Amino acid sequence: MEKITEFKNIITDSYAYCRKYKEETGKKIVGYTCSYTPEEIIYAAGALPFRLFGTNEGIHLADANLQSYCCSLVRGILEEGLSGRLDFLDGAVFPHTCDSFQRLSDIWRINVAHKFHLDIVLPVKLNTASARQYMIDILEKFKKDLEHALSVKITDAMLSDTIKTYNQIRALMRKLYAIRAQRTEIISGRDFHSIIKAAMIMDRPLFLKTLGEVIAQIEKAPGGEIKSDAKRIVLAGSICSHPDIYDIIENAGGVVVWDDLCTGSRYFDGVLDEKASPLAAIAQRYLDRPICPAKHAGLTDRGENIVRIVRESKADGIVFLLLKFCDPHAFDYPYIKEMLDKENIPCMLLDMEEQLPAAGQLQTRFETFIQIL
Amino acid sequence: MKKQILEFLKTILIFSFGKFKKFTLRFKKTKTMKDMMIVYYSEAKSARLTGKKVAWITSGGPVEPLLAMGIIPVYPENYGAMIGASKMGGGLCEKAEAMGYSSDLCSYARADIACATINGGPLQGLPKPDMLVCCNNICGTVLKWYEVQARYFNVPLFILDTPICHTEYTPEIAKYVRSQFDEYFAFLESACKRKFNYDRLNEVLLRSFQTQVLWQEILDTTTNKPSPMTAFDAFFHMALIVTLRGTPEVIDYYTALLATMKERVTRGIGAVPNEKYRLLWDNIPIWHRMKWLSQKFASQSACLVADTYTSAWCGTLKYVSGDNPIDSLAEVYTRIYLNIGVDEMAKMIIAMIDKYDVDGLVLHSNRSCKPYSFGQLDIQRIVEQERGIPCLMIEADMADERSFSESQISTRIDAFMEIIKEREETSKK
Ligand code: SF4
Ligand code: SF4
Repeated sequence: MEKITEFKNIITDSYAYCRKYKEETGKKIVGYTCSYTPEEIIYAAGALPFRLFGTNEGIHLADANLQSYCCSLVRGILEEGLSGRLDFLDGAVFPHTCDSFQRLSDIWRINVAHKFHLDIVLPVKLNTASARQYMIDILEKFKKDLEHALSVKITDAMLSDTIKTYNQIRALMRKLYAIRAQRTEIISGRDFHSIIKAAMIMDRPLFLKTLGEVIAQIEKAPGGEIKSDAKRIVLAGSICSHPDIYDIIENAGGVVVWDDLCTGSRYFDGVLDEKASPLAAIAQRYLDRPICPAKHAGLTDRGENIVRIVRESKADGIVFLLLKFCDPHAFDYPYIKEMLDKENIPCMLLDMEEQLPAAGQLQTRFETFIQIL
Repeated sequence: MKKQILEFLKTILIFSFGKFKKFTLRFKKTKTMKDMMIVYYSEAKSARLTGKKVAWITSGGPVEPLLAMGIIPVYPENYGAMIGASKMGGGLCEKAEAMGYSSDLCSYARADIACATINGGPLQGLPKPDMLVCCNNICGTVLKWYEVQARYFNVPLFILDTPICHTEYTPEIAKYVRSQFDEYFAFLESACKRKFNYDRLNEVLLRSFQTQVLWQEILDTTTNKPSPMTAFDAFFHMALIVTLRGTPEVIDYYTALLATMKERVTRGIGAVPNEKYRLLWDNIPIWHRMKWLSQKFASQSACLVADTYTSAWCGTLKYVSGDNPIDSLAEVYTRIYLNIGVDEMAKMIIAMIDKYDVDGLVLHSNRSCKPYSFGQLDIQRIVEQERGIPCLMIEADMADERSFSESQISTRIDAFMEIIKEREETSKK
């Protein structure tokens, strides 16, 4: 699978990739914070959407602007911004989700100077007609803001093209998920994680092409079926920026077969209607897609979705990655746990701070959990 | 019931009792806060018997449509403040933590979630809601919290979504929020099975705006030197603007309060004896340390003359316009203090510093409230740059008393006051 190495190289030093990309293509690079960013519009504007993952190591610059009781995702992103390491960005886009991201946008605007700073103040509820209309209205506004910031004109034709590309990427990623749910040995969890991450960074048509080749290779290659005694695990949470978790779970006798993560299935789920008007199609996907807990689409839809994922992926158990100080996820955990208990689905809660607990300790915790499955 | 409320009021009144006695004397004609709160909570608690409906609503939410429909509004956040003041927050939060809620969540939410299951807190629980009204103009926490309660009580939830105005109040936002007010009225119609009363709403709104004008005037009496009241008094008297604005009684109450304050000004009576230093408070009060903090500052001849919290209930009056008050609602409820960008908040704080002529800024970095607290470090820096006054940041929690470090905060307040005194002296030279 030497093709996967391409992805791995990019994510090992994504900043270097961007600098080089910029030099070679002359394209603009736009940072973004979460899967509620309408990347399609950014790409159609001729810029590369670059997902900000922040850092897990040595957050200290951010201490000057954010208190210690802010989640490490937000603190880590700010750290990178303040450090100047993101100087290749032409601008950054902040879709509204949780309170911490909301304030990150303000702090970024005040302290981190790129050429432009855009907010997309999304609706919080996604299940009413007026919210749908508002979503379309602000996508329209975002498009105009971006045209102005990048001095380009975004035509419907450009948007339609990009939408096709994104549909293909998402379809292939869902295919890869499906293959891996059956033949988990074909790609390690760590490599799988690299592909997902690369999808949010790499030049999208190139990513699509390479991913197609990887999948073709996989489809030809025999074997790789899940080990008969391996336990099937679903990961749930906000983002997972610790590829070690996949290794540790595998060493403990499990394997991640699906997820409900912002850097995972939530990013790939949903299809854009190629026949609808482009912005309406983008809006509709957000309304249909499984939600992040900072959004509202009903009282129990997240729990139901997680149960569905577990059933469909034939998982034996679920691991919740709960980032310390993450309010939306922490509020949802008790009711989802209750729903899972009712369904007899075992679950484990892993509280995560900036850094993971020591690998040995983690391995033991996973082993204990996996033994009961 | 009456006894519980009295008990509770005693606990929160103790700190300002001396002054309060003076106020009550002048209140012979009007009802006291105590009377009003007793009547209010008794009515809410007996709603089942009287056939009235109860709605739980967030502190920044539009209460006027509820009053127009004769629905009793109940504020879990106000109850959260009571819980904090009665030092019951720690115990209740612990209970919520045992239910699986992280200790890092907002303590009002934790306390309320726990209370609901055991009828806890100073009034032994709030009356059960028939519906929930959640306006997210203050935070995203209320959305998650009200979802929890909607599942628990199995009652309808209305979400009024007010997008944050980082840098502007856009036409898109105006249109979206305006249309949600119509949805809100329709929601109330279906909850009450009766037509929405627009005439009543207009009446209530006019009274509500009038109350906000009065409240602002009361807060503005502190521009006088010495200041006739402190922010601690404002924290106490605000209960009515939060819970009962729009009712005629509140107008009477605040009219009398304003008269009292004006008289204190004429007679040169200061809230803090020998007021020498004037301070501005940012963020929600530390309810469980009100008495301690007010004495602490008073002992240093420092008066907290204003705060960003109590003024939030009248800060958007400038957006009331036109003949039809209903059309102002979207803007009034969307552009509130917490729903704007940090730089905008800093501007407002600087305006307050000038208006109330303050010597220092005290920022409560409140672990419970992320949208209020994140950005404070920038606000502090901006204030220091633009006005050069000393700032103090203390980390605490508004209603969970467990993590309060009294000795550390005491030392820091002393050090801060030292700086203010020195500054004063050098400026005199
Ligand atoms: S949703 Fe949670 S993890 Fe994500 S930024 Fe907000 S607080 Fe942090
Ligand atoms: S204290 Fe802050 S987080 Fe809690 S309900 Fe109030 S505004 Fe929201």
